[in-house]
Amino acid sequence: MDRRKFDQGNYFRGIPTAPYDLIKEISIALVVMLVVVLALAFVLSSPDVPPVTIQSWAHAAPLDFLETATTELQGSSFTADYGPPYNDGTGQVQTLGPLQPQVWAGIHQLVDAPQADVIGPLQLASVGRPALRAALSQYQQASSSQQQSWLDAYAKLLPRAHVSGLQVTVGPGEDGPLNTMMVALLADARSGALDALLMHSGRFYETNYTQALLFLGDGNYFANLASKLKLNGSQWGMMNETGSYPGQSWLWLYTLWYQLPPFNSAGNADLLVVLVMGLLSTLLILVPFIPGLRDLPRWLGLHRLVWREHYRFLNERSRQRR
Amino acid sequence: MLAAAAAIKRATLNADPPTGSEESDDEVGHSWTVFLRRLIQRELPIEHMLPAREPAYVGSWVYVFGVVTIAALILVIASGMVLAFFGPQWWNVSPQGHFFNSLHFWSVQMFFVFMVLHLWGQYFAQGWRDGRAATWMVGVVIFLASVVTAFTGYISQQNFDAQWIAVNAKDAVNVIGAGAFFNVLNFGQMYGLHIVLFPLLVVGLVAFHVVLVRRRGVVKPPEDAV
Ligand code: HEM
Repeated sequence: MDRRKFDQGNYFRGIPTAPYDLIKEISIALVVMLVVVLALAFVLSSPDVPPVTIQSWAHAAPLDFLETATTELQGSSFTADYGPPYNDGTGQVQTLGPLQPQVWAGIHQLVDAPQADVIGPLQLASVGRPALRAALSQYQQASSSQQQSWLDAYAKLLPRAHVSGLQVTVGPGEDGPLNTMMVALLADARSGALDALLMHSGRFYETNYTQALLFLGDGNYFANLASKLKLNGSQWGMMNETGSYPGQSWLWLYTLWYQLPPFNSAGNADLLVVLVMGLLSTLLILVPFIPGLRDLPRWLGLHRLVWREHYRFLNERSRQRR
Repeated sequence: MLAAAAAIKRATLNADPPTGSEESDDEVGHSWTVFLRRLIQRELPIEHMLPAREPAYVGSWVYVFGVVTIAALILVIASGMVLAFFGPQWWNVSPQGHFFNSLHFWSVQMFFVFMVLHLWGQYFAQGWRDGRAATWMVGVVIFLASVVTAFTGYISQQNFDAQWIAVNAKDAVNVIGAGAFFNVLNFGQMYGLHIVLFPLLVVGLVAFHVVLVRRRGVVKPPEDAV
């Protein structure tokens, strides 16, 4: 009994064969590839732009840093109002009709921006700094409407503020304890302490950069740097990388959608693009079963080029037989 | 403990007293081990896995792409092992580390170039014919798995690109709800996935893909063109 539905002997009957050494082939391929890769690595190296730190941000763009920290405290930054998986905001929630997977999945990496980015670090840093301690407790004991009005006043003063070294001079206004708090935050950022404070979890080991990266991402400084390096979404950013390296070029189709209407102006562009790519990937998997898609290569006939020798041989043989 | 161990032994060594040294038809018929052995012998005979001859049409250049992709993948894994051995700081602070980072980087680029060429080659050759649809489908899954693997690698670099890609990609991951358990801003999670689980997945899928190809042999050119 032959339980084999498919029999290679039957299948290849009448097909000429030739000695072929698969292991030798892969060995040669490996050596050639090694030489190519060594040469590329020697000559072209690889992207190596150092990461941005909170410290470098606070030195290069102190005003942007202060403005971003203020929006975190106000609850108006991208992160503060993001929504799942970070918090219960709504600002970055994308839905499509009844489809709202982001909401369904829920909050799993809790980020409470005012606490995480400003209040928490300042509390840790306030030990031995009575002025900061007083300002913090004044802020925390105030009603939330009082806090908001201080924040609004401070946000209005900031664009005209003068920053020199650790000194931030704002005009007169009803900003309560905010300038004291923010000057301290800037000082900690400039010293590098805030980089560590943002990672502070109370545990010793930490490998989760969610809070620090979200904070960085809320500022203009980070985005402007990326823009100069041509990495923005509207500049095919997802697949590009710093320098003139190829980047994730295999994401070209994914990135393409973001450049085209209706995606480039849609509020739920990410969701639309991910769904389109999911659909296309499914189609690619199912190509063998999809009429039209599976027939196209036969109509185009490129395989006649690929197997030119084979078809020449078959023609030859059928001519001889005639 | 001991009772459980004894029970396992009773279930697996079921001849008392010990019999001769030949496999009898009866025992063989009930053996799970022999079942697996026969399945492999029937479906994956070693002559098919490692044949000495191939159909003459396998001489076409289109078959080079798959093999070269394997070669690139081997180099990706080898250079990645060196990087993993010395750890995340190494490739950012030492010239040797950076060099191995470059090796890894270019191996990945080559891997994708040749995988995509192979994909198009198989598309135009209609490599899914004659019962080979599974080979194609596993191939596409390899491609998708490789894209995700490379993505976690870009995030694990610890340079500006890593920061920027993570911050931008999070939205697309979050909108489909995957952000709940796949946090692209969590270096520890991304690094672990990148150096362990995803490579195992890709390598396992590639092994499966190649076994599928060898099981049936390389598909015949379509006869319509004669
Ligand atoms: C890591 C990625 C991959 C590797 C290492 C790989 C490797 C191979 C190898 C060595 C073969 C034998 C024939 C040849 O070399 O052309 C093969 C066949 C095949 N591959 Fe792949 N492959 C990969 C990805 C893909 C992808 C992305 C697709 C398509 C979507 C694909 C579709 C196929 C098909 C349909 C065959 C059967 C061809 C036949 O029977 O003639 N593979 N693959």
